Amino acid sequence: MLYAIFCYNDEDVVFSWSKEQDDAVMAKLDVAHQKLARNGKLGPAVRLMPTTAATTVRKDQEPPLVIDGPFAETKEQLLGFYVVDCSSLDEAVEFTRDLARANPGGAYEIRPVRLYLPGSEMK
Amino acid sequence: MTDPQLDWIDAALTSARPQAIGALLRYFRNLDAAEEAFQEACLRALKNWRQNGPPRDPAAWLIFVGRNAAIDAVRHRGREEALPPDEVISDLDDAEAALAERLEDAHYRDDILRLLFICCHPDLPATQQVAVALRIVSGLSVPQIARAFLVSESAMEQRITRAKRSIAEAGVPFETPGAVERADRVTAVAAMIYLVFNEGYSAGSGEAAQRAPLCEEAIRLARLLLRLFPSEPEIMGLTALLLLQHARAGARFDADGAIVLLEDQDRSLWNRDLIAQALALIDKAMRHNRPGPYQVQAAIAALHARAARPQDTDWAQIDGLYAALERMQPNPVVTLNRAVAVAKVRGPAAALEMIEPLAPRLSGYFHFFGVKGALLMQLGRAEEARLAFGRAIALANTAAEAAHIRMHLDRLMRDSAPGGQAQATP
Repeated sequence: MLYAIFCYNDEDVVFSWSKEQDDAVMAKLDVAHQKLARNGKLGPAVRLMPTTAATTVRKDQEPPLVIDGPFAETKEQLLGFYVVDCSSLDEAVEFTRDLARANPGGAYEIRPVRLYLPGSEMK
Repeated sequence: MTDPQLDWIDAALTSARPQAIGALLRYFRNLDAAEEAFQEACLRALKNWRQNGPPRDPAAWLIFVGRNAAIDAVRHRGREEALPPDEVISDLDDAEAALAERLEDAHYRDDILRLLFICCHPDLPATQQVAVALRIVSGLSVPQIARAFLVSESAMEQRITRAKRSIAEAGVPFETPGAVERADRVTAVAAMIYLVFNEGYSAGSGEAAQRAPLCEEAIRLARLLLRLFPSEPEIMGLTALLLLQHARAGARFDADGAIVLLEDQDRSLWNRDLIAQALALIDKAMRHNRPGPYQVQAAIAALHARAARPQDTDWAQIDGLYAALERMQPNPVVTLNRAVAVAKVRGPAAALEMIEPLAPRLSGYFHFFGVKGALLMQLGRAEEARLAFGRAIALANTAAEAAHIRMHLDRLMRDSAPGGQAQATP
């Protein structure tokens, strides 16, 4: 089963990290990534820019309304996501535990993937 | 003993600070009281969060605990009653949720804006605005700020005390601002954030490491302002401008600490992550079709950032953007910067013709003579160029600037005109 794992955290906190703190977290996360990647189970992963860079297109009217900012104003923001190939939810939970140990705070949302389009190689 | 949670707690306290102090300031209407209450709340958070884990909403927790602690302290002084034990405040779940809901309303934005705005009081000289913002909003310690400004701790303590007295005497504006007043506040706060950045950015190589945190703090404040006003293209422009300038930090000085000109910088040392963030913000700002000085300056910086090699720089467009900036902000320094682009597009004679009328207003300005010398050199007027460079060295504000002109002079002498390069700012 493919799972998408969405990473939520308070971006005020994450963007208060010094470069050293950020690098340290990324290095720790990389250890967790490698564990999965070695078994060919790690698909695309994305780290997003802050929600201040986001634009929302509301399609409940015609033409759709373009608004600055994220879809939802929440305490914790969507900061990135993974696509992983796990044999069970338990395995996916185990992976997010590794991630959480490397980068405490916030939450991960695990969602089984319904349709996966790998897309083309981007340059 | 290291505590892995301490980093997290530290980051949470830092990021919650503007909102928490802003709200406490609204309750107490007194900056000292708000700061004391926040301090007390932080002490309790260090103890409590390590035991009980992080609260769902750190800012709400700090506001709630800070306000109660201050009220308890007043009661304590009045009736010699024992303070409540910490366990009583350790489970805040319901109260916290109620408070968090109230924080969702409009107060949140105006609280932070007010806190930023009181640092921009027009009676405060620029350096005091910056110092007091770093102390109150960012929570840097007096020794940290003193180090960044290269002054003694006692001098900085005095400066901040004086600034806070001016703020108290001026009276903090507590009424909820109207739309026009809010826009004015945002403009003043944006200028103050740019000042914080420039305090860090204008440092020489010896001080750059000590002062870099000021640039990072300014970027954090700009992002905070942008989250409060997500549809303000000028705040997008300001944030992009700071990101683009900071992206070059690693390339601005060589191993010996000498200034490296923009066109000589190793572009592989530019921070592509910051540049990408800035370009995304500029894209968003452009959609609004409401250009302003920060957006134009960011667009100029972006053209430099987009050029893979110096010779790929789109100088014609930079010239056009400076012309737009001149119309928005008529200012001899803008014209001087434009002349650098004009020299690239139409040649040094046209650029020299453009800056000569600025002489009366820029007769005390280091960069004016630096650019003038470089242009004269390119035109083969070596003797006049040497005179201009001499004036520049005499007007240099720092040893690094003087050294930079000497290097510039040496290089132009070596290259021999024409073909030298004019550059207003590194």
